[in-house]
Amino acid sequence: MGKRIGIEVSLAVSEAVKLANTDVIAAYPITPQTHIVEHLSELVADGSLDAAYIPVESEHSAMSSCIGSSAAGARTFTATSSQGLALMNEMIYIAPILRTPIVLAIANRALSAPINIWNDHSDIMSVRDAGWISLFAENGQEALDLTLLAFRIGEDPAVSLPVNVNLDGFTLSHFIEPIIIPDQQEVDKFLPPYKPSLQLDIKNPISIGLLGGPECYTESRKAADDILEASVPVIKKAFDEFDKVFGRKYQVVETYCIEDAETVIVLMGSIAETAMTTVDELRAEGKKVGLVRIRLWRPFPRTELLAALSKAKNVAVVDRHVVLGSDTSAVGMEIKSLLYGSQLNPKVTNYVLGLGGRDVTREEFRYIFDQAASGEAQVRCEIVGVYE
Amino acid sequence: MKKPKSEGVQKAGDLPLGFTAQPGSTVAFKTGDWRSVRPVLDKEKCVYCGFCYYYCPDGTYEDMGKDEKWYKVDLNFCKGCGICAQECPKKAITMTLEEV
Ligand code: SF4
Ligand code: SF4
Repeated sequence: MGKRIGIEVSLAVSEAVKLANTDVIAAYPITPQTHIVEHLSELVADGSLDAAYIPVESEHSAMSSCIGSSAAGARTFTATSSQGLALMNEMIYIAPILRTPIVLAIANRALSAPINIWNDHSDIMSVRDAGWISLFAENGQEALDLTLLAFRIGEDPAVSLPVNVNLDGFTLSHFIEPIIIPDQQEVDKFLPPYKPSLQLDIKNPISIGLLGGPECYTESRKAADDILEASVPVIKKAFDEFDKVFGRKYQVVETYCIEDAETVIVLMGSIAETAMTTVDELRAEGKKVGLVRIRLWRPFPRTELLAALSKAKNVAVVDRHVVLGSDTSAVGMEIKSLLYGSQLNPKVTNYVLGLGGRDVTREEFRYIFDQAASGEAQVRCEIVGVYE
Repeated sequence: MKKPKSEGVQKAGDLPLGFTAQPGSTVAFKTGDWRSVRPVLDKEKCVYCGFCYYYCPDGTYEDMGKDEKWYKVDLNFCKGCGICAQECPKKAITMTLEEV
């Protein structure tokens, strides 16, 4: 059944990596991710996790080492944030095409400049298009659970793709929450030892990381896109089996009070908890509001989102990242493009909040619900809560 | 729009997992059409020293043996870099423009 304890969310992620019997961890410390890999280095040093720990000189090297170790058939983990992810960028794009099922925890943090160590989603959005499976946690339990799920999904022979698990920096990474740490037996049942579909082996040599000219580059991208699409049923099945073993049921898209909701907020990550509280308050006042939270960001859960938004009159998309120079931000674009081709025709508005660690409060969600339901047209995505 | 499969082109679904290649498979990857100049050997000047054979970065030269005493370039793979002509101590190789 596992044990429910008070634990810092970063350490809970490390515990998941330990329970997964990870073989290789290659990492470089960066706030607010540091506690994850720091605790892992302790677990390796004190012998409780039998893994190779590679203390690399940069995040670029961290991801390079991860690609190498994963290609050698090792269950591989790393974690990063913000500038660290930016420095990994070159290798981030390589891992999915080489089909290396690395698990990467990202304690989401704003990108510089100005230098800011606090939470938003600009880091993950900078690698949005790389071909990784991308999951967003709402709370500490989910951060642990999604880490276990990430190994299971990524390593599935039908997928064989890297997976990133996004947990909001500080808001999640540094909070102590009551979290159920599963038993080793349960984890072993859910997550069998990694059987690589692709493995570097000196007895059967292959070359990996090749040139692909105009005659096959297009096909390499098509294959990557196809495999991401094909991973959706595997992800759902993994969620179902997770429920069977651990008794916690996850969906690719979570909904809250949407049955009769006229105005629905769509968002990702930990601010969903504040949004839910706001929904409760507004419901008590008789307002028909609801919430949709995207847990699976890539591949984009098109069908589930269309179902979740099928009754809404007003859809307010909340981003934690500004797409500078555009009328719409990242999640906003995705929702607008999804709805444009559908039979649905709600009013869609887009808001950005909680940048660089700015607190996200119920007042902001109340404002957004009000704005979205008002007749007011919105030309550009609104950055909410700017001091003027 | 879909394109019919042509020689040397892989279908997306046929690409090997992880974009890998089997050992020795570069022989199937003909790079000769990258060339704008080709090495032309003057057998009269050649002393069979083997510099061209060893210096060629693509290993395109074939040793024709002790009787024939010369090295033959495989134009399927020669990229026309000119290293063999540069290194040949007898100036026996001339880089010659490929005619289109
Ligand atoms: S030109 Fe370059 S590639 Fe061609 S045979 Fe000479 S050394 Fe080799
Ligand atoms: S380097 Fe010149 S002389 Fe020597 S074998 Fe080659 S062509 Fe002949």
